[in-house]
Amino acid sequence: MKNRGYYGDYGGAFLPEILVATFDQLEQAFEKIKKDPSFWNEYETLMSTYSCRATPLTFAGNLTKKFGGAKIYIKREDLNHTGAHKANNVMGQGLLVKQMGKKRVIAETGAGQHGVATATMAAKFGFDCTIYMGEVDVLRQRPNVFWMEQLGATVVPVKDGTRILKDAINEAFRDWVTHMDTTHYVLGTACGPHPFPEMVSYFQSIIGKEARQQILDIEGKLPKRVYACVGGGSNAMGLFSGFFDDPVELVGVEAGGKGLNSGMHASRLKSSDASCGIAQGYKTYFLQDDDGQMKETHSISAGLDYVGVSPILSDMHDQGKARFESATDTQVIDALKLTMQKEGIIPALESAHAFAQAFKEAPSLSKEDAIIINQSGRGDKDIFTVAEAINDPKWKEFIIGKAREYNA
Amino acid sequence: MLESYIKERLKTKKILLMTHIVMGYPSFEASYDIVKQMVEAGVDLMELQIPFSEPMADGPVILKANQKAIENGSSVQKCFEFAQKVSSEFTIPFLFMSYANVLFKYGMERFSDKMDQINLKGAIVPDLPPEEGADYIKAMKKNNLSPIYIFSPETSDERLEYISSYASGFVYCLARKGVTGKDTAFSDDLATYLSRCRKATDLPLAVGFGVKEKADIDYLKGKADIAVIGSQTIRIVEEKGAGAAGEFIRSII
Repeated sequence: MKNRGYYGDYGGAFLPEILVATFDQLEQAFEKIKKDPSFWNEYETLMSTYSCRATPLTFAGNLTKKFGGAKIYIKREDLNHTGAHKANNVMGQGLLVKQMGKKRVIAETGAGQHGVATATMAAKFGFDCTIYMGEVDVLRQRPNVFWMEQLGATVVPVKDGTRILKDAINEAFRDWVTHMDTTHYVLGTACGPHPFPEMVSYFQSIIGKEARQQILDIEGKLPKRVYACVGGGSNAMGLFSGFFDDPVELVGVEAGGKGLNSGMHASRLKSSDASCGIAQGYKTYFLQDDDGQMKETHSISAGLDYVGVSPILSDMHDQGKARFESATDTQVIDALKLTMQKEGIIPALESAHAFAQAFKEAPSLSKEDAIIINQSGRGDKDIFTVAEAINDPKWKEFIIGKAREYNA
Repeated sequence: MLESYIKERLKTKKILLMTHIVMGYPSFEASYDIVKQMVEAGVDLMELQIPFSEPMADGPVILKANQKAIENGSSVQKCFEFAQKVSSEFTIPFLFMSYANVLFKYGMERFSDKMDQINLKGAIVPDLPPEEGADYIKAMKKNNLSPIYIFSPETSDERLEYISSYASGFVYCLARKGVTGKDTAFSDDLATYLSRCRKATDLPLAVGFGVKEKADIDYLKGKADIAVIGSQTIRIVEEKGAGAAGEFIRSII
């Protein structure tokens, strides 16, 4: 535990003693690959042959016209294999697991995207795989559960606590403290004890590297602003890191749920409901009460429904290096509908938060400006949630009919 | 001083017994009843856990007890009141057990001052390794309280030395990997590990995780100074009610 990964006041490694040796080993392995240029080459080759990198930067001409302001570009992380940016982190950690010689991987998942990506990686590399998923999320993301199981993973519904993402993380840690000799925990976001925030951001930085080059190629200049949704913060870290040294405004969009004054949201950095705390092995802003007990969070998107946030983003928040906003469930559904109808693109509910905020701001920017929205994932996984939110009568009829078939 | 109490007590007993409760589970009345019976049955030290919503190192039994206690309104304030009551009524040393965030939110120094004021002797905070605990260690030292540190079978000899340089009172040795409340094999491996622990510190050694019956405690005699029973007493209380706590303790010592 020589390096504990602090970003200002945030981060650290608040580890139970039983895991200290495992984290020391992980940090060593990570330091080694960071110094080895052939590792990044191997990673890029894997991502261009197994996933769909470089992902395109799509000009959203119709949306641009509609809002009449900045030119809107969309970074298409939805076109990754398994449909989200999660693959970037998972395949990177998979290569690391091979180097460390471990044979089993475990992961938490909220929306299920990280779980599906991990199950895919495990199948490809021949690892055993167990995915922990809150019971509430199992219910709202059944299609992803189906695919994880088909890919050979064991999905364990977590019935403790609030039964969502944070509880799945706790349960994955409980597995890890028992099986660390054979097992690597593929943490899905830029949170948790050091070196996870740095390591996950490192693999996700491929998004920002590409996006920066792509916008320069198309526009010949940097974007005015870039937008990313923020749950744990990995896709935001990925995009933002491409522009750290540039005069580009970085905008992170949190889940506003039913509104920041409703108590039913997952906004740690925009709302004033969160405070600094220590949980799940790291220090950051958490939605917690005065005793330090974690509160329930709410979001229409399972992937943003989390009490903590990347310690790197907490520091950027305090330093004013990024701006944080929030979008409500209703705004998100509106943004999703509009994007589908205008561009023929279906963002995930998580990503639609970034779209909603960009739509609020685009009209007031100059037509000479460009902005980039990170479409962290594709939305077809959300068909049940979206169909319900839109209240589509034909979909309901279909489900009722299906149920009747199964009952017959 | 915790260490001198333990060493004094060991002159008349081969091994001491430390038990664990989650304050407010299933209720503060039951918690009081359990403490009373355990002290009367001959328990030498007790851990009083302030429940936390994310008890990462705890297994299913204590995890559920934490959640239930919080649901039933077990706040930090109420835990302090409870701890003050039992520490003034019973003469054995009481320790707090909780997770870093509970102390951090209260303020490390303020928490330690409060412990001193209500006569608690030390604290076990499993997610606060010495590297992250500078404020905590300083605050505990100021009040002459013991930060109880943890050794694990995965800890290298070098790190055992490092941890023992911060330890006070006694050292808590995890009998195995994993979380609380699962079975432990009381084997030669454990004995070898405990002799490694013994080399690293002059402080008394407590052994916990998976200790649940008389045979386990008998095995530890001569190898450790304190046997820690955690999840098993909670299980007994769940199955047979708070009234069964004393009888259980008498059956294992």
